[in-house]
Amino acid sequence: MIRSVGVPVVALAVFTAIWEFVVWANGWPDFVMASPSDLPAAYARFWELFLTGAWQTLWRTVAGLVLAVIVGLLLGMIMGFSRIMRDALYPLLVGFNAIPKATLVPVLALLFIGQHDFNTVMMAFLISFFPIAVSVGIGLSTLEPEYRDILRSLGASKVTIFWKIALPKTLPEFFGALKVSVTLAFIGTNLVEIVSPHGRGLGALFLSGQTNSNYPLMFAVLIALAVLGIALYYAVVWLEKTFAGWAERKG
Amino acid sequence: MNGTGSESPASSPMKPLIEIKGVRHAYRTPAGPLPVLDGLELSVPEGEFCAVVGPSGCGKSTLTRLVAGLMKPDAGEVWLSGERVTSPRKTVGMAFQNPVLLEWRTILDNVILPLEIVAPRMPRRDRVARAEELLAMVGLDGFEDKRPSELSGGMRQRASLCRSIVHKPSVLILDEPFGALDNFTREDLWQTMRDLRAAEPFTTILITHDLRESVFLGDQVVVLSGRPARTQYVMDVDLPPDRDLDVLFEPKVGDMLHILRDQIKVAQGRASEAAA
Repeated sequence: MIRSVGVPVVALAVFTAIWEFVVWANGWPDFVMASPSDLPAAYARFWELFLTGAWQTLWRTVAGLVLAVIVGLLLGMIMGFSRIMRDALYPLLVGFNAIPKATLVPVLALLFIGQHDFNTVMMAFLISFFPIAVSVGIGLSTLEPEYRDILRSLGASKVTIFWKIALPKTLPEFFGALKVSVTLAFIGTNLVEIVSPHGRGLGALFLSGQTNSNYPLMFAVLIALAVLGIALYYAVVWLEKTFAGWAERKG
Repeated sequence: MNGTGSESPASSPMKPLIEIKGVRHAYRTPAGPLPVLDGLELSVPEGEFCAVVGPSGCGKSTLTRLVAGLMKPDAGEVWLSGERVTSPRKTVGMAFQNPVLLEWRTILDNVILPLEIVAPRMPRRDRVARAEELLAMVGLDGFEDKRPSELSGGMRQRASLCRSIVHKPSVLILDEPFGALDNFTREDLWQTMRDLRAAEPFTTILITHDLRESVFLGDQVVVLSGRPARTQYVMDVDLPPDRDLDVLFEPKVGDMLHILRDQIKVAQGRASEAAA
């Protein structure tokens, strides 16, 4: 307990101290580089904006991630159970994943003009469904035939085999992918918030800090984003422990 | 059929529970059809234990999938309990070399799994009672709530055996279940298998590479030829059903093993060595 809480706290303190020291030693003023001691003032002054921004960023990320889980699972199931569909979909998905998502911001903005929340959720979804689809697809297609045969030899339906064996067996891979996807979805949300005009959320707050040359505000936003990202990540870790804790080896 | 002989000509008066007649099967590969079975004959009376041996890759596992109804043969017929097999049936149990236990379930819930399919309305209390009875029989009482990863290979295989018979199948198909175990554990499991057989009413097909295993457990030993496999030789094992491991040191059993070994050499296409 002391180690699992103490070590990260000490690491955080050391990091903050080094940051403070580097800014102080170089004699950088506020408008070049903010130091940690500038941040509390920024939080105190803009706390309302931080709360609404964080909420907007959070719910749109989670909404995009939920979409990514649903679509990723469906695509993964399609690719996992049908060789033809795998051959057909795989190059498409890889190609789509290779496109820098920043280029899609104007596309989405034109397609769904003014639908800011929708655009942001879409981007969070588009950037994050790929790892889920691939890992579920691979998990299902590499299921050893004996696992299927223990139920198939009793005349169990494909649906039963999926729920009782294939799905639980794939859960560890699924959560591994979800840990990647949650960070990606978060990046997708912020991308839209920063790039598109009249944005909302923490990304827009960052942009306004930039416009006003308020460096402490910008850094305060970055730290807030990091904290939110950590919270999201550990939420997934908690889900994994709850639903796929059996995959963890003890000792 | 050349080479099909038996040690004691007295055949069982009972109607065979498992019957395979003239089965032929080939897999479709990019290089053309690959015949694996050609002229397979097998007949196992109710309650008997049939051990099938043969060279590696001769199609023994294909045989298990045909009996389980997981595949249909290109030609020939598979009959179980007087019904022609065309699809999987609830009266079959299977166990493999890999125990394939579900890691997210406890040992008890792994054993119960087939009952969830075969007897969906059976009360949980009855399922647990049945699983506990079997686990006690194989010496796994006290391990009901453990996960498979906490058990040794031999214990996992015991749990897998329990799962294969928990729904009281009339046919038990064993595909080298003891193949990956060390020798001492394997002999322990042979005895467990013998005791289960005495307590439970299944008819068994056991695929194995181990001739001692085939003689210790089998009422008949069927030798398959090399690929494509046909029934090359059938030996009736004339030993009491409650045989002890010491039986393997009897001269009579030594002779049986010798004959089987020669038959395997013939199956491998090394007949000249067998004659020596």
